[in-house]
Amino acid sequence: MLEDLFSMVKVRFNADQTEDNRKKTDIPKGLLFKCPRCRNVTLADEFNKRGKVCPNCNYHSRLSAKERLDITVDRGTFREFDKNMISKNPIDFPDYEQKQIALREKTGLKDAVVTGRAKIYGKDTVIIVMDSNFMMASMGSVVGEKITRAFEYATRNKLPVIAFTASGGARMQEGIVSLMQMAKTSGAVARHSEAGQLYISVMTDPTTGGVTASFASLGDIIIAEPKVLIGFAGRRVIEGTIKQKLPDDFQSAEFMLQNGFVDMIVDRVRMKRVLSHILRMHNYTGEVQSK
Amino acid sequence: MSELTASQRLDIIRHKGRPTVNDYIPMLFDRFMEMHGDRLFGDDGAIMGGIAYFKGTPVTVIAQVKGRDLAENQKCNFGMPHPEGYRKALRLAKQAEKFHRPVICLVDTAGAFCGVDAEKRGQGEAIAKNLMEFMTLRTPIISIVLGEGGSGGALALAVCDELAMLENALYSVISPRGFASILWKDAAREREACDLMKITASDLYDLGVCDYIIPEAPGGAHNSPEQTANNISSYISKALERKLKKGLDELVNERYNKFRIVGEFNEDPRSDK
Repeated sequence: MLEDLFSMVKVRFNADQTEDNRKKTDIPKGLLFKCPRCRNVTLADEFNKRGKVCPNCNYHSRLSAKERLDITVDRGTFREFDKNMISKNPIDFPDYEQKQIALREKTGLKDAVVTGRAKIYGKDTVIIVMDSNFMMASMGSVVGEKITRAFEYATRNKLPVIAFTASGGARMQEGIVSLMQMAKTSGAVARHSEAGQLYISVMTDPTTGGVTASFASLGDIIIAEPKVLIGFAGRRVIEGTIKQKLPDDFQSAEFMLQNGFVDMIVDRVRMKRVLSHILRMHNYTGEVQSK
Repeated sequence: MSELTASQRLDIIRHKGRPTVNDYIPMLFDRFMEMHGDRLFGDDGAIMGGIAYFKGTPVTVIAQVKGRDLAENQKCNFGMPHPEGYRKALRLAKQAEKFHRPVICLVDTAGAFCGVDAEKRGQGEAIAKNLMEFMTLRTPIISIVLGEGGSGGALALAVCDELAMLENALYSVISPRGFASILWKDAAREREACDLMKITASDLYDLGVCDYIIPEAPGGAHNSPEQTANNISSYISKALERKLKKGLDELVNERYNKFRIVGEFNEDPRSDK
């Protein structure tokens, strides 16, 4: 009898499980969002309605460059630079061209950054937006060149630069050429800075590696979105070095704020207003003629 | 010069008798006086800096230190700098600018250290700041890769007017080991990665990153540190002669352009796809 009881429990337990499983498989992909920070699951509708922010922990999830521009610049004011730039294969990396062709088709992007000029509440600015959908926004020749040109354009035209950074780091498929983009972009930031112009860096998920170790960390003002990943070395690399697990908030925006490497954390819904205020405080008040 | 593969050169630079900056500095410079600390946090044993004479000219020397034995390696953290190392380098470089001394950087690192404290103290920011400040530093900078040039950790001392590499030195965006583990999830395929990545001095010369290749003693620097040091020394003489006669505006502009032109891309709209 006791055995029967157990077997009943077992049957029930299994029934529950299979029902659970069936429920799971019935849900079409993309209907749920599982937060990588708090692991909470929410309906994708709810998550999207909040601008891709986790309703549970306020983690600000990744946006495409287009989504970012849509919520950041005045409608119809964006003029893109260097639209048609695509990468070559400097170290003859196997299958690099094919991979790029496939990604261009899939994402509609030519590479991992979109640059241009636009207005934010009527104020002209140069804007740089990285898109992690393209090879985790790693920095190779195209990313380096477009960012450098954007800074040079801003220097010539006495414009501020706002850069939304996101990147897995240098693009190893382009070898040493990608490492040099770190020096190149940092040099362009230096010249823009020497010309007395403002650079605001907005770190979004994830800002890591060679991008953290170059232009992303060089803003006059550095803003981060809540709960995003910011760091230099990969988490697993560090865990491998120290042979222990790291706390969840390690390399978060909040960790960077606490350690003094970020000026402020700003929610996505307030971002445009905050950027606008900062521009005005630096006497960028309106239209600037391009040279 | 011999035509060795990258992985054969990896063996040479890992030879236990490979000379380090501790061997080279006394052979290259006179009256080297070491200067410690970043004035912010501490003193990093992985980067050694100071002032010295090079053939009678005062110079600032900034060098990445690898150990020759376990005790030395513990002191220098196996040549992997923390942020305070890069900040010390920047402090000494700024001092060199103030007193119109050329800066000689000796690069030899597997990479910037990856650890909890390094992250807390801003490894990324420290490297970024060096790239920006070295780019506009108004005094000549000569960088020489002696063995391993590991990624951003090496680049932080290699924004310069001329980059030279020892014949067997390697300089890469990521260590061959890291490359293999990311790409093939198998760190053991390091040698294969090494040969694929185009990281030898002659590869980098062809890619326009390395300006001069300095010959080592036959078979590798360990066979004759003195002979290798002589070659480095005659290179530094010529490099300083080339750079010291330039005006500072010209020097800094040329440095910007040296990095500005690196990158391979296509802009023809017909190549769109």
